[in-house]
Amino acid sequence: MPAIFDQFKLRAEAVSAEVHRFPHTAAALQFILDYLLAAGISNEPGSGAVWADCPFLRVLNKAQLAQRLPGLSFEVTRESAAAAKVGISQLDWAMASTGSLVQDAAPVERRLASTLPNIYIAIVETSRLLPDMPAVFSKIRPEQSNYISFITGPSRTADIERVLTIGVHGPEKLIIVFVDDIAGVN
Amino acid sequence: MRKQFRDSINTALNNPNLTGALGRFSEAYRVSREKAYEGIDFEAVRTQIAERKGYAASHLDELAERFTAQIEARGAKVFRTDDPAKVREYILNLARQNGVKTIVKSKSMASEEIHLNQHLEGAGIEVRETGLGEWIIQLAGQTPSHMVMPAIHMTKEEVADVFSDKVEQGQAPDIPKLVKFARGKLRDKFLSAGMGITGANIAVAETGTLIIITNEGNARLVTTLPKIHVAIVGIEKLMSDFADVVPVLTALPRSATAQLLTSYVTMISGPVPNTDGTPKQLHVILMDNRRTEMSRDPKFKQALQCIRCASCLNVCPVFRLVGGHVFGKVYTGGIGTILTAWFDALKASDEIQSLCIQCGNCTQVCPGKIDIPGLILELRRRLAVEKGQPLAQKAIFSVVNNRRLFHSMLRTASLAQKPLKKDGFIRHLPFFLSDMTEFRSLPAIADVPLRDRFAKIDQQGAPSRAKLRVKAAISGVPSTASQSTELQPPAERCDAGLKTRSTQPTEIPTTAIGANASPKCAAPSEKAAFYSGCLIDFAYPEMGESVVKILNKAGIEVTFPQGQTCCGAPARFSGAYEVAAQNAKDNIDALLSEDVQYVVSACPTCTVALKHDFIATFENLGDTGGLPRARELATKVIDFSTLVKKLVDEGRLTFKQGRQLGQVTYHDSCHLKRTLDVSEQPRELLTKAGYQIAEMYEADMCCGMGGSYSMKLPEISAPILQRKLKNIKDTGAPLVVMDCPGCVMQIRGGLDKDGAPIKVEHTAQRLAEELE
Repeated sequence: MPAIFDQFKLRAEAVSAEVHRFPHTAAALQFILDYLLAAGISNEPGSGAVWADCPFLRVLNKAQLAQRLPGLSFEVTRESAAAAKVGISQLDWAMASTGSLVQDAAPVERRLASTLPNIYIAIVETSRLLPDMPAVFSKIRPEQSNYISFITGPSRTADIERVLTIGVHGPEKLIIVFVDDIAGVN
Repeated sequence: MRKQFRDSINTALNNPNLTGALGRFSEAYRVSREKAYEGIDFEAVRTQIAERKGYAASHLDELAERFTAQIEARGAKVFRTDDPAKVREYILNLARQNGVKTIVKSKSMASEEIHLNQHLEGAGIEVRETGLGEWIIQLAGQTPSHMVMPAIHMTKEEVADVFSDKVEQGQAPDIPKLVKFARGKLRDKFLSAGMGITGANIAVAETGTLIIITNEGNARLVTTLPKIHVAIVGIEKLMSDFADVVPVLTALPRSATAQLLTSYVTMISGPVPNTDGTPKQLHVILMDNRRTEMSRDPKFKQALQCIRCASCLNVCPVFRLVGGHVFGKVYTGGIGTILTAWFDALKASDEIQSLCIQCGNCTQVCPGKIDIPGLILELRRRLAVEKGQPLAQKAIFSVVNNRRLFHSMLRTASLAQKPLKKDGFIRHLPFFLSDMTEFRSLPAIADVPLRDRFAKIDQQGAPSRAKLRVKAAISGVPSTASQSTELQPPAERCDAGLKTRSTQPTEIPTTAIGANASPKCAAPSEKAAFYSGCLIDFAYPEMGESVVKILNKAGIEVTFPQGQTCCGAPARFSGAYEVAAQNAKDNIDALLSEDVQYVVSACPTCTVALKHDFIATFENLGDTGGLPRARELATKVIDFSTLVKKLVDEGRLTFKQGRQLGQVTYHDSCHLKRTLDVSEQPRELLTKAGYQIAEMYEADMCCGMGGSYSMKLPEISAPILQRKLKNIKDTGAPLVVMDCPGCVMQIRGGLDKDGAPIKVEHTAQRLAEELE
């Protein structure tokens, strides 16, 4: 695992993603909440955060979290996501060879959380890290999900004078949070 | 060539923003592409893609049915049609039925192909391109100049002006700010649009899956926010198995933008919930527009292997000068020329096909293994059949096809040019011919062509040199056996014979074989026919004399079959295959008339003609009668450097000892490097002779000669040459060497005009002085 994790980190950072790794849910949650606070998440317009339902949240008390951090919402709608600064969701697989994340994104809130806000926090279980594309292709089932997303770094363009610019229609920041042991999942 | 087309070329050439941006991009691309492919076996990946896409092209109907069954079973609707008008009608009806007023689009070349936006806008529907580059050119009222980077021809100042004029006053030419501005303005469109239109990069039959590859994230919004998603998919995007996606996904981002993977890859296999919980309407339009017809064309079927990466544009020496607009409104560059001929009309490719200089760069990088230059030649041939050759060209070829007339005219020209030539150059031509000598001097036609000098060349040295070689072998100069199985010169047969005669062959050291060899074996009887080609024959006979001198030193007697004539490349490159076939027949008769072991040429284009194109021309014309002899000739044909390298390896030629000759830079000629796969041999020979190779930047980039190309399109040939000259000069070497007399003509002529004191020589001339 360390070798492919290092490869993932190297590749993901090369495409401007941030990569963090935590041993368990509590540590990861602390990081995410600290990050949201530092990002100035509040009830002010345009300063919210939306968190799409995911296994990571299973053992957590959402109401309590929302109370702890005003501006954080677990109701991911077109409106709340469009107005949010940060989106959070969990992904199914990570691919070391290119630093990519893979998600069954058929539920619309997963797509809203990862496309509309400026900052996207992606949670992934460390054991879901696979070496390369053939390995990922052996896991994903398009017959079973109508929308599968591969995400590699934040949104980017080089359409003006070939100058790489991060953050066009999708997020400008991609924060990847690996969690070795997600409570209540295994 | 119409004036309008020439004007569009000149407009592009005189647009420094365009040529600057494209020039810098093509230079950076080469490096970043290579880096992106680190650790990937590109040949293996592209072989897989070509095989899987080739399979799909042979099974379009079946794959379309499987795809349709799969995705419809999950609730999508598939509409398949051959007719672009029906695609437009389907989408317009769908929009009207659902009260759609605004449509957001992510990039779809198929929609560009059928001019969908104009149609929908004409019906009163607002259509917004959302890819940043597409949006810019849509606002500016332009068309894409590059398949992957549509607005590469515009500066940030121009973009700021377009935004200020068309969207909101006061935009500054600051790229991050311009991008933010676009994000803000388009976000509102995404949220309010009633329909989203995308293309697809792949459509998988096995699973009924659309694969959409983007960087900006606009396709994710287009397929998520509006309640209707329409995907317009050219049927050549179909592939059989889900696993087929892997090689395409490996190559496409690397070849297109030198990324390991784009920011987003989206796989849609059916309708997904809308943001209000209702199911999305998903419509897939499988558009044919002559693709099935193309798949049945034995020549053009391979063009369906294209994955639209545009790498053929990025490595093209012509594209980087003129950009995409010269090619037309939709598909640009090499592959674009071919697609335009099919999806628009053959005659629409009439002018743009002439832009291809046939350098073959694109064949090295195409992930679909498409022979783009070969297909462009085929277009040329079909165009020539359809509309006939231009009268002047016809007249020229009728002369070329009459060997005696052609050769006597060239002899006459040698006299007629007298007032124009000075130290072997023609520097100015009068009137309408002046373009040809504006950027490079032309060589004067030789007073006495090689064919008339040949008999006077003293080849007495050949046998005696051979004896010397045997003596050298006896005295211990090593001789390596050739690895070549294709050519069996007598020397090798001799060795083989010796080995069978010997009772303990493995114990006989090389020197002992030499000692046992009778002088007869050492090949005074070995013969090579020299095929000069027109340039060496009539402009540079001294190159031919150098070849003879070198081969004589190896004990090979050289003959010059007088019946040889033009290799037919000019005719073939102009689409005049009947003329090329007649040239082929004359040459085959001449070159097979003598019993020789080799047919050697010092012109790579001629070598390719003799070795490959005679066969291809006969096959193309269905002239099976000529094939066996064309193949027989092909087995004997060898280019100069490969032969000499072989002779040196065999110890039959040795360089003067201990020479330190200084720096030389080597220019790779297109056909030598990319068709004959020869690039190390001449470098190794020059190094062995005592030179230090100072590699120039882009050594294997075309010099702009391209045979008659430099006459037809001097305005493009000249800047390509200027780049080459700069790269040569930057090495600081006082000497540039190459294997092609055409390149010598172009580069020597260019340096003569330029005045740089750099000597230009054919490898044969350079080596002739340095061999024992």
